[in-house]
Amino acid sequence: MQDLDLPIGEAADAAVNFVLDHFTPTLDGIAAAIALVTDSLRDVLVGLPAPVIIAAIALLALWRVGWKFSVFAVAALALIMGMNLWPRMMETLSLVLAATGFAMLVGIPLGIAMARSNAVQGVARPVLDLMQTMPAFVYLIPAAMFFGLGAVPGTIATVIFAMPPVVRLTNLGLRQVHSEFIEAGLAFGCTPTQLLLKVQIPNALPSIMAGINQTIMLSLSMVVIASMIGAGGLGNTVLTGIQRLDVGTGFEGGLAVVVLAVLLDRITQSFGNARPSLFGGLRAALGSRKAAESEDEAVQGHPGRA
Amino acid sequence: MEVMPLPKAGGRPEDDPRTMQTTTMPGGDARPNPSAMPSPAAAPAAPQGIPLAEEAAAPVKIALRNVFKVFGDRPEAAIALARQGRTKEEILAETGCTIGVHDASFDIHAGEIFVIMGLSGSGKSTLLRLINRLIEPSAGAIEIDGQDVTKLSAQDLIALRRRDMAMVFQSFALLPNRTVLDNAAFGLEVAGVKEAERHARAMAALKGVGLAPYAQSRPDALSGGMKQRVGLARALASEPSVLLMDEAFSALDPLIRAEMQDELLRLQSEHSRTIVFVSHDLDEAMRIGDRIAIMQHGHVVQVGTPDEIVTKPANDYVRSFFRNVDVAQVFRARDIARETQVTLIERRGMAVPAALERLRRHDRDTAIVVGRDKRYHGMVSADSLAQAARSGAADPYARAFLADVEPLHADDLLSEVMGRVAQSPHPLPVVDGAQRYLGSISKSTLLMSLDRSTD
Repeated sequence: MQDLDLPIGEAADAAVNFVLDHFTPTLDGIAAAIALVTDSLRDVLVGLPAPVIIAAIALLALWRVGWKFSVFAVAALALIMGMNLWPRMMETLSLVLAATGFAMLVGIPLGIAMARSNAVQGVARPVLDLMQTMPAFVYLIPAAMFFGLGAVPGTIATVIFAMPPVVRLTNLGLRQVHSEFIEAGLAFGCTPTQLLLKVQIPNALPSIMAGINQTIMLSLSMVVIASMIGAGGLGNTVLTGIQRLDVGTGFEGGLAVVVLAVLLDRITQSFGNARPSLFGGLRAALGSRKAAESEDEAVQGHPGRA
Repeated sequence: MEVMPLPKAGGRPEDDPRTMQTTTMPGGDARPNPSAMPSPAAAPAAPQGIPLAEEAAAPVKIALRNVFKVFGDRPEAAIALARQGRTKEEILAETGCTIGVHDASFDIHAGEIFVIMGLSGSGKSTLLRLINRLIEPSAGAIEIDGQDVTKLSAQDLIALRRRDMAMVFQSFALLPNRTVLDNAAFGLEVAGVKEAERHARAMAALKGVGLAPYAQSRPDALSGGMKQRVGLARALASEPSVLLMDEAFSALDPLIRAEMQDELLRLQSEHSRTIVFVSHDLDEAMRIGDRIAIMQHGHVVQVGTPDEIVTKPANDYVRSFFRNVDVAQVFRARDIARETQVTLIERRGMAVPAALERLRRHDRDTAIVVGRDKRYHGMVSADSLAQAARSGAADPYARAFLADVEPLHADDLLSEVMGRVAQSPHPLPVVDGAQRYLGSISKSTLLMSLDRSTD
């Protein structure tokens, strides 16, 4: 029996070369656009004084999660500064934010299209499966070939790897909106667009937010891997640790990634829940229970018989 | 002697007088044998032979003409078979299609509460959704104010839904991310009404259902009854001429349900709309319906006033809504007579003002006059009593006796007295062989005993 060797690898090579030969100007355009976003985000985050950013994150944590988490956030970020990893962490954060932004820009409309059409869903689903199960490193090769080394191919590889959850959960969330809500929307005269914006998306929001949260977490893991093609950030620290077999450096980089992951996860998760008030968070921090009590009062009583 | 509490909570003890005024009995007198119960063998009406209550004063608001709804890929084939009189099962086997609504034709008049009743799966909710085309009809015409909605473009349909129709849902379908006020304003919002105006109109609608203080609450802070009031306010805010209500009160517990029915009747008395109300509950249909359509396996088997449905059910299925016709053949009038009415004892020196005061206090229109030996003398109404008192007669009670009241005999079968109870505006007194008063039978007593006996 002869060994079979189907030329699938060659076909992939040919496809990449074809794109390189014919679409280089397009690729350059895309690269320039992405570079603009990632670079300016990075410049802002690295440029801002650390205390300003720490204060902003602490406030956000207080508003969305609670005062204990806020204290944790300040302590954890101070630790990062102490390890002298602050600029690298800001680079990583800017990459994550940029990649997540692009993933949402593409992913949410794609999810909506899937929810509206079984045909689109039928086509998109296996592609998403492929994107998600393909080993993350594989994306690095074409990304580097198309866009060279640096933050741009890193961002693109990250977008591809991290996009599936937001697409899937947008689709799922929209499809799971209770049919009586849809009927109510239609019965009161919604156009398809109004139905989407006023009924479906608000009701699918927890699911969509869960998708965004997942996408952010995947982005973070991919951004670390993307340091292999020069994306920079905390991934570089980890990579250095690996290359030099320097456990200490690797551990510091890894710890910083964990801190960033926890902060991003807790804060973005909270957006899927009911929105607490900023003052409620502040009062809770001061040990006052007044806010909760006054909310209870509003619920009591029964309307008078008309 | 004294007024007994009602056996079951269910709102007013007497039947709604509205059902009496609107009762038209088409061809009722022309039937060959009006007193006889329809024979159980009466076949389901042929599709075209559905009894329609054609002569009502109000103009036709919604007209259904040979409307079919087929679920499946081959509606034409299924309809062709259905027209040949094939059964649902045969059609399903042959075409893979399910008939949801089979050849529905009837009129709904402006300003009436029209109840579509049937068991689950009978197609009643489907029929309701055909009217605003949440479900597309497969064949036939549905005219609203003479305009065939089945032929409307998507744009015109949206305009019609915004302008003329609103819907109330079984599980409320309030949007959880909006306040009560924004929920009530939803229809106006999608119609493009400016915020200040839509909030004012939504607030007025909330006031109408007694929920203005809750305008800024979220729906999940409200009880079921309150949620459905919001649903009602949302539907009324855009002042539609047609209100579609899908099992609107079925998810509520019985007391709240009765309260909401009263609320609906009150709103209807303030501002008359055409209400199409889907229900599986006979009590509810009888209570609020001006006319009732009964559906079975997608067929509309009977359309008529509550009294017609009770007295002349078109077939056994309709009769089965009273749970069991046998009960009517077994129970006798004495079994269900209840002393829920005010009784006045005829004796020397009785005072009419005191009697009137008792009627008023117990919220009754009529009273039974008995002797000291409990023998039935007659029935008086507040009006007739007041009139007799004014005439200054020595025996005001005897003068005030209502002429048209013939007491029921204690040993009469329910099946024999059903028609008389249904047609009488008052509860009818029951007497035994010695003319002693045993109690009265009202429409609600009658229905409850028929209903309860199989529980």
